Amino acid sequence: MRQFSKLEQRILNEFQHGLPLTPEPYADIARQLGVYETTVLETLKRLQTEGVVSRVGAVFRPNRIGASTLAAMSIPETELENVAEIVSSFAEVNHNYEREHHFNLWFVVVADDEKQLQDVLAEIEGYCGYPLLDLPLLNEYFIDLGFDLKWT
Amino acid sequence: MDMTLNPGLKKALIEVLSEGLPLVKRPYAEIATRLNCSEAEVIDGITEITARGDLKRFGVVVRHRKLGYRANGMVVWDVPDARAAELGHCIGQYSFVTLCYQRPRRLPEWRYNLFSMIHGQDREAVVDQVAFIVKQCGLQGIEHEILFSKRCFKQRGACYPRSAELQPPRLAI
Repeated sequence: MRQFSKLEQRILNEFQHGLPLTPEPYADIARQLGVYETTVLETLKRLQTEGVVSRVGAVFRPNRIGASTLAAMSIPETELENVAEIVSSFAEVNHNYEREHHFNLWFVVVADDEKQLQDVLAEIEGYCGYPLLDLPLLNEYFIDLGFDLKWT
Repeated sequence: MDMTLNPGLKKALIEVLSEGLPLVKRPYAEIATRLNCSEAEVIDGITEITARGDLKRFGVVVRHRKLGYRANGMVVWDVPDARAAELGHCIGQYSFVTLCYQRPRRLPEWRYNLFSMIHGQDREAVVDQVAFIVKQCGLQGIEHEILFSKRCFKQRGACYPRSAELQPPRLAI
C-alpha cells in the first residue's frame, strides 16, 4: 500500500457520509479542506482510478429498497468456482464471497419484492444443485457512519 | 413524509446513487441532463430518499482492502434471542465493526443469530478485536465463529481487478 497524503487521508476519512446536496458539492468539500475544487476532483479521480475509492455515492440500507437476503451454501472445494460463477451470473446477486467455513459461499440477493426474491433463490438452488440458507435481516444494531481509517 | 417523488425518477436516482456520482463540477446537473429533468429535481429527489432513511450513508465509498485492511471476518454469534438487541448494540458500537445484524437461525444446519463484520489489517488484528469484544460485552461462553473472506467472486460497484480478487488475504503468522 502506498503512502497517502494528508489531503487524501482527509478526503477518504471525513467524507464517507453527508456529501453536500448543493449544486457544487465538491466546491463545498474544497472549502472545508481549504483547497481548490479542482484539487478535490483530481484527487478523487486518482483514488478512484487506483481502486481505493469505489465511488462517490450511496450505501443503501437493506430491505428499504425492495427485498434482500444473505444466502449461504456449502459447496465441495472442487465445485466451488463453477457454482460461484453460476451464482454471480444472476443480476440479483450483488456480493458473492468465498469464506473459510463449511458454509463456504456467501452472497447477497436483492429483488423488487419478497415474492421475486424467493423465486430467484429457488432458481439459484435449481441451477446450482445445492440447497441454500436464506438468512434475511431481522434487526440492525449499527449506525453506519463510515469506517474510521487508522493511518499507521 | 413527503411522497411527491415520482417512482420512475426515484428508481433512476437509486440506480445513479449506487453507481456513483460523476466527478464533475456540477454532478447533479449532469445527472439531470441524463435523466431529462432539472438539477433541482435531482437534489430534491436525493434529499427525499435520504430523509426517508433509505440510505446508510452518502459520500466517499472506500475499499478497505486497498487501504491495507486485508482481513475481513464475518463473526457469527449464537446469543439468546431475548438478548440479541442488547448484545448487538454492544458489539456494534466499536469503530472496527462495520455491520451488526440479527438474522434467523436455520437449525440444525445453522445456529448463529447475530452477525457482525470486522475489518482488520491482518487476521491477527481481527482475532484480537473479537477477543476484545468478548471481554467488553461479556460474551464468554457464547458460541461464535470467525468466517474470514477468501475470494471475492462478485461485488457490485466495488469489484477489484480479477487478478487482485483471486489473491487470498495475506496471512499473519
